[in-house]
Amino acid sequence: MEKKDIQKKTFSKGRVAALLVTAAAAVILALVLPDRRQAFLEASWKFFLEMLIILPAITVMIGLFSVFVPKELITKHLGESSGFKGFLLSLGLGMLPAGPLYVAFPVAAALLAKGARRANIIVFLTAWACIKLPQEMMEFTFMGPAFTFTRLALTVIAAALMGFLTERIMAGGQRYS
Amino acid sequence: MSVTALVMNGLAVTGLIVAGIVNRRKALQALKAAWHAFIGMAPRVLIIVILIGIILGFIPREFIARVVGGESGFRGILLSATFGAIMFIPSILAFPLAGSLLESGAALSSVAAFITSLTMIGIVSLPVELKVLGKKMTLYRNVFGFIFALMIAMVMGALL
Repeated sequence: MEKKDIQKKTFSKGRVAALLVTAAAAVILALVLPDRRQAFLEASWKFFLEMLIILPAITVMIGLFSVFVPKELITKHLGESSGFKGFLLSLGLGMLPAGPLYVAFPVAAALLAKGARRANIIVFLTAWACIKLPQEMMEFTFMGPAFTFTRLALTVIAAALMGFLTERIMAGGQRYS
Repeated sequence: MSVTALVMNGLAVTGLIVAGIVNRRKALQALKAAWHAFIGMAPRVLIIVILIGIILGFIPREFIARVVGGESGFRGILLSATFGAIMFIPSILAFPLAGSLLESGAALSSVAAFITSLTMIGIVSLPVELKVLGKKMTLYRNVFGFIFALMIAMVMGALL
């Protein structure tokens, strides 16, 4: 608990410092290139408004998921079934947001220790990293449907292949049948 | 307000109302968690907003087009994926940034490479991954993640 608090503090300090550096860079650029100042302000303002409209919705979804789909629920159901059903379950559970990727690693390790298939763990981690639902809402908003759905489909295929390959290599081609 | 933004807000409000009917206490808890997430994100939202302004305002279109544009080919994809692997941007905030890159002349394949490797690979979370999943699995996951990010990008460039 204490360690977590320290981590949080240094994180936010780093964030504020990063914000100051970015702002300073923008001010310097605005002084050096005064004729581009207008374009800078317009672009920033436009995206600021877009974020202001979309972010509350996204954070509400994150909040709802975090309360109604706790991590324990995911741990309980993952690694239960095998085959294609296991793949779909890993994918689906990975898509439910329950924090950043580093939260998923301990979950994955616990499941491995419990004897879950390595392939499914990789699928779960890939889904967690790449296709969480609020993230996809954001992608849809800013990149459009064609980009979002194509990338989604390709990522699902990639997740399956990554799981298969990792399991196969780590088992030395023996355990996989 | 775009249709998409309206739909997203509609989804959130509907979700909240349903949650409120099912369990009022939990719904309030979710609102609180949402507020925390929003506040936690705020400084980074401002960073991204300024960064987008810099990309669209100060960086010449020709430069972005040359480095990660259609002409840059595989080199542009590789560069974007490498950037994505190194950088630490919350995925939710990566999409506005990616959108602005697309607007300012980056190739669709480069942007796809950037997003995919950004979300798939995290240099910052590497120590945790190593410790928890072990050297071998971490290596395979990240190497395959990077290769597949490049492949996804190339397929997307060919399809869209």
